[in-house]
Amino acid sequence: MKIEILGPGCPRCKALEANARQAASELGIADAEFEKVTDMGRIVGYGVMSTPGIVVDGILKGSGRLFPVEEIKALLQKG
Amino acid sequence: MLRLFTIFADLVTYRWLGLEPGAHLAGAVHFFIEDTTKIFFLLATIIFFVAIVRSFFSPERTRRFLSDRRLIAGHMLAAALGVVTPFCSCSACPLFIGFVEAGIPLGVTFSFLISSPMVNEVALILLFGLFGWKIAALYLFTGLAVAMVAGLIIGRLNMERFVADYVWKVRMDKAEMPEMRWQERLEYARVYVKDIIGRIWLYVLGGIAVGALVHGYVPQGFLLSWAGPSNPFAVPVAVVLGVPLYSNAAGIIPVVQALMSKGLPLGTTLAFMMAVTALSFPEMVILSQVLKRRLIATFVGTVTVSIITVGYVFNAIM
Repeated sequence: MKIEILGPGCPRCKALEANARQAASELGIADAEFEKVTDMGRIVGYGVMSTPGIVVDGILKGSGRLFPVEEIKALLQKG
Repeated sequence: MLRLFTIFADLVTYRWLGLEPGAHLAGAVHFFIEDTTKIFFLLATIIFFVAIVRSFFSPERTRRFLSDRRLIAGHMLAAALGVVTPFCSCSACPLFIGFVEAGIPLGVTFSFLISSPMVNEVALILLFGLFGWKIAALYLFTGLAVAMVAGLIIGRLNMERFVADYVWKVRMDKAEMPEMRWQERLEYARVYVKDIIGRIWLYVLGGIAVGALVHGYVPQGFLLSWAGPSNPFAVPVAVVLGVPLYSNAAGIIPVVQALMSKGLPLGTTLAFMMAVTALSFPEMVILSQVLKRRLIATFVGTVTVSIITVGYVFNAIM
């Protein structure tokens, strides 16, 4: 599973990445691969206009707010 | 209802601490207690409701609203949406690219980018709590006017070629975001309040403390001599001083309120506060990823001139 965190490196993006890592480890997803996407063209390419955003296996799952761990777990489980 | 905080400050200052009414120390302590209790109460409650409203206005939706507007109506709508759309300067670039990609005219995009930080909820709450609703409303409407006019001017200058070239090549995916449920909106608002107050509380306390000292110890009419209406340079100087203070906007407003009560004229006060909130060095650095230098300079110049005009106009008519 590939998880991309979209954002230029602001505090909220870092917090989102931490939450996503925690969610993945709580769900026991062993093959989670993380990538920080800071390139503006790619971020906007996903349709995101407010950072941070989270993309799972190439599909945008949410943007514009700091998702809590529980919500990310729900996103990851839906597949 | 806000009388409650005055009564509470009376009680603490004169009864519990036994300070003499009219003394310097009593004035400062009273100002500090009244303003801290009032401001934090207002911040916590109003930001919560603002966040609920904001949860209905995503930048993606604002983009759709604006994409088929032109000219004056577009500028008005952009300035108004700037107030309610959630925005932080770290999202300025994706937002800018998204607007341009949707075919929103450059000038309309700037109206949004100017109004969004300038007419923000924290500034409005502080103005309302410290200066009263009239000044808060005046700030709101002149802020919207500055955003519209500056955007219109930038639009007229046809500066499309000073947008970074790659911006025109970006193609956006359609993001189908699920509507938030009410439970999520409440959670969003709770996190939002915590986030904002966590970021600004120290500045607010510091600002009110300095304001309290000014209030208690600086003599009445002190500022009239050098920053009064007789000094034609007071407005531009106030604007130039305001720009580097951006990150402390929440701490500046209580100080400015105290200064105004000591004779700082209204126009100078408004111009100073607008410069603090609208123009910030970090935001220009962020925007330099999507704008060439010439356009950034035009942006800063146009906004500066508009704000200075506001200062002169209000100093002349009040």
